[in-house]
Amino acid sequence: MIEITALHKRFGRFVALHEINLSIERGKITGIIGPNGSGKSTLLKSLLGLVTPTSGRITIDGYLLDSSCDYRTRLGYVPQVARFPQELTGAEVLATVKGLRATAPTREQELIRLFELESEMPKRVRAMSGGTRQKLSMLLAGMYDPPLLICDEPTAGLDPVANTRLKAHLLSLREQSRTVVVTTHIMSDLDEIADNVVVLLEGRVRFSGAVRDLKLRTEEPHLEAAVARLLEKGAA
Amino acid sequence: MRLTLHIAWYTIRDLTRNRWGLLYACFFAVVTIGLFHLQAQSAKVVVSLMSVCLFLIPLVSSLFGTIYLYNSREFIELVLTQPVSRRTVFFGMFTGLAAALVAGFSLGVGVPSVIFGSWSTAHFLSSSLLILVGAILTVIFLALAFLLALRFDDRGKGLAAALGVWLFAALLYDGLVLLGAMAFADYPLEFPLLFASMANPIDLARVILLTHTDWAALMGYTGAVFQRFFGTTLGLAIASLSLAAWAAVPLMFGLRTFRTKDF
Repeated sequence: MIEITALHKRFGRFVALHEINLSIERGKITGIIGPNGSGKSTLLKSLLGLVTPTSGRITIDGYLLDSSCDYRTRLGYVPQVARFPQELTGAEVLATVKGLRATAPTREQELIRLFELESEMPKRVRAMSGGTRQKLSMLLAGMYDPPLLICDEPTAGLDPVANTRLKAHLLSLREQSRTVVVTTHIMSDLDEIADNVVVLLEGRVRFSGAVRDLKLRTEEPHLEAAVARLLEKGAA
Repeated sequence: MRLTLHIAWYTIRDLTRNRWGLLYACFFAVVTIGLFHLQAQSAKVVVSLMSVCLFLIPLVSSLFGTIYLYNSREFIELVLTQPVSRRTVFFGMFTGLAAALVAGFSLGVGVPSVIFGSWSTAHFLSSSLLILVGAILTVIFLALAFLLALRFDDRGKGLAAALGVWLFAALLYDGLVLLGAMAFADYPLEFPLLFASMANPIDLARVILLTHTDWAALMGYTGAVFQRFFGTTLGLAIASLSLAAWAAVPLMFGLRTFRTKDF
């Protein structure tokens, strides 16, 4: 369970998050959506410890996020843009991350097979396509089987086959009681996999709850239309 | 420490395969070989090399450090989501980058110097001092580049600031000192100039190199004052401490910025 209490983040005069209160359920897939500049990335980066909140607190499974880095053994991160040192091979990028942890990864080979990365690992990053780099990101994030997986636009640049496999993988993680937090602009993807959704608008939580509740509330059958309806109401 | 060296090792592997890193080493090798063919005396070659090094090392370190940090931003973010402290990531990347640049420069200058230079103690010492001072300048300007790249989120501003620092230290500072010397020509200026040289790492490096070769004699009375100061153990210790401070201060400010920075 992730508990976010009165989370406030200010960049100079711009307030990215306004005293947000939020609970993210354990063992569910939660989508965080909203227009550009709504605070999605700031929220995710606050969970990851990449952004220091101006005030407020975040706890992950009871562990208070502070300057300590120990809690990061319990999370995996798929960034929006998968950029790695250009001259390293896929295997070396993997070794770089593995060397930062005290334990051996438990799902490395399984994920390499799932994303068909066997033949890509000896290649240098500069020779990899954007989709392959994204798959490498998924491998790095998932190989330690973290209880919490945070994905920022994970399907960006993936081919249809990899996209389908990724969604199936995320659903299988839910079956194993792993918590997944996803941001994406592709509402149809989220509609397929998300249990809960958090809608942000100008740094405030506009909606937080089950996807079906949002659809019922807005009387829309699809998530995309439901979110659009909600945001229109917010703007009105 | 193990994690710092781990990050440094993979940074070095990335950079040693980078064509710009190789070009850097090859450039110094070509210049050194060329100078040995043009000049008969090894001492003269070292002084000519000194001018090239004092000009180019700060420039390349500033630009390379800034660009590398901007280009690695997403990877830094990824590494920071691992259970590793920001201090470790900062020093790991800095050590790796500094080691790769120092290795490129040292091999580029060192190998031709051994092959084509005279087999004398004086040549060995002056070449070693040149490589040592070049390594320290690399660290100093890399530390400044890290600090600026972390302070400015905008890549253009960061690069402009790094170039500005280099321009000031390599060119403008000497002009200002010269103007000051002309304005106060009626006063004894040897000691103010001594301290002025310590306020700029490139000047300090130049003075250390010159006072430890025979070329200080060509600088007249000022050269004699400089040699009397920097030629002694105490003077060399003060100069070394000044250079160490020039590296340590921006590095500490850079680390402080890195630890509190929002990525």
